[in-house]
Amino acid sequence: MNGINQITWKQKWLSYQSHPSSFLLLCFVLISAATTVAVLLFLMGYILIKGIPNLNMDLFQLHYTSENASLLPALCNTILVTLLSLLLAVPLGVFSAIYLVEYAKRGNKLVSVIRITAETLSGIPSIVYGLFGMLFFVTTLKLGYSLLAGSLTLSIMLLPFIMRTTEEALKSVPDSYREGSFGLGAGKLRTIFRIVLPAAIPGVLAGVILATGRIVGETAALIYTAGTVAEIPKNILSSGRTLSVHMYALASEGLYMNQSYATAVVLLIIVVIINSISNIVAHQLMKGHGNG
Amino acid sequence: MNAYKEQFMKGIFFLAACMSILAVLLICLFLLLNGIPAMEKIGLFPFLLGKHWKPSNEVFGILPMIMGSLYVTAGAIVIGVPIGVLTAVFLANFCPKLLHRILKPMIELLAGIPSVVYGFFGLVMIVPFVRNHIGGNGSSILTASILLGIMILPSIISVSESALRAVPQSYYEGGLALGATHERSVFSLVVPAAKSGIFAGIILGIGRAIGETMAVIMVAGNQARMPAGILKGVRTLTSNIVIEAGYAADLHKEALIATAVVLFVFILMLNLSFTLLQRRTKE
Repeated sequence: MNGINQITWKQKWLSYQSHPSSFLLLCFVLISAATTVAVLLFLMGYILIKGIPNLNMDLFQLHYTSENASLLPALCNTILVTLLSLLLAVPLGVFSAIYLVEYAKRGNKLVSVIRITAETLSGIPSIVYGLFGMLFFVTTLKLGYSLLAGSLTLSIMLLPFIMRTTEEALKSVPDSYREGSFGLGAGKLRTIFRIVLPAAIPGVLAGVILATGRIVGETAALIYTAGTVAEIPKNILSSGRTLSVHMYALASEGLYMNQSYATAVVLLIIVVIINSISNIVAHQLMKGHGNG
Repeated sequence: MNAYKEQFMKGIFFLAACMSILAVLLICLFLLLNGIPAMEKIGLFPFLLGKHWKPSNEVFGILPMIMGSLYVTAGAIVIGVPIGVLTAVFLANFCPKLLHRILKPMIELLAGIPSVVYGFFGLVMIVPFVRNHIGGNGSSILTASILLGIMILPSIISVSESALRAVPQSYYEGGLALGATHERSVFSLVVPAAKSGIFAGIILGIGRAIGETMAVIMVAGNQARMPAGILKGVRTLTSNIVIEAGYAADLHKEALIATAVVLFVFILMLNLSFTLLQRRTKE
């Protein structure tokens, strides 16, 4: 059943016998790939096996006490912070990307400055954002440790990420769409909002979902901006810890090992869900382009 | 009316685009305004090269933390780079399509796992392992390096893989046609051609390792003294800020902000080399 250019396992084996260095390289490559996969599986497996038995109703009480170490308030805070940060960062990021892709002229000096600053932003470690948030939002703007200060800090952190994914999505919309729309007499604005943006939505969405994942996982930027109060907040000006901060507090106190495992499971499940949704959405994008 | 609206929205888009410039300016301004005075008061060289960090005695030398960050990052490179680059080679040149469809989301998941979860895993798994089988009390440079080595894998793998995939197929085929085995074609033709992309991935990983905070705090021991060996504890620049920013005041707080300035300068240098490499890749 061998087609042209196909070799059997036996031929391959013989070839490796006369080229031992190639065989060695093959081994290294296989071992490395296996290590990567094994590390991931081991980490996930270990935390799930240790954590799932510790998931119980105590962890989902409305109020945090030192006895139940409930994660529900932190979960609510996480959702609030995520919504607030996205509300601030998504319009800004999408509008910036629209300017860069649709309006900016080639070779514009300002555009290259914007790109350089966006790249700089995306490289800054989260603790530096946290410190900046503490100095600017918490102290100078007098917001105090609050969900708002935390969200503002995170939205700056996410801005370059959303800009980049949106830019890529907008660039992948074929120019014929824009030309068609102009040809029918639509203005630039109308073309952007009615034609280009809808076509780019899956790409934008995939980026936004991944950004959500980063918010959920963020700790260092939030400790000194949103604070560590383990209660459901009264309003966005009160302090509250997100799930990751909660997890850090539990694990570093060392008194709540079982609850830490359970919290880690919840975090992992959220991340897995977020990643799969993003993958599905991005896949949708490719399918759409296949048809178009 | 319509022209007016067009102009108005164009202005809005433009303002939004300028926000990232504003953000960088604000961050620089606030860090420098608070950090530079501290460096002046302490003295630039006593601050950067001082071997002792004793905030209660007003002694602020961050050399232990700089060395800590460098050692931990170097360890992460030693562990993470070979595994990461070879895994990228596997994904780009060895992996059947079906397997790739399973592995790619797994790598993305590895990138999505929160750093506290990594830190916790390090705390309950790697720390006891190092303590029982290698030595020391477990919280050490070695432990932090292993953990960071794992954490930088996804950045290295994804950037290197796309660099490898961007190499024209004809390079590889040319190698085969000259009688080289699959492995030799890949390693002596495709990998060298993707060199600058792979380096860009490694630099991205280094940036992540230097900037990582929470995971390192949980496994590195955090003693503010000069690193004494790979099985001894160490404190990095990032952990120094997180551990003490909660209660620091006055000069101590400013010294912490100055620490962030040093970190920021490191990251800027890395970013610059990353951008230069990316540009070379495109050419």
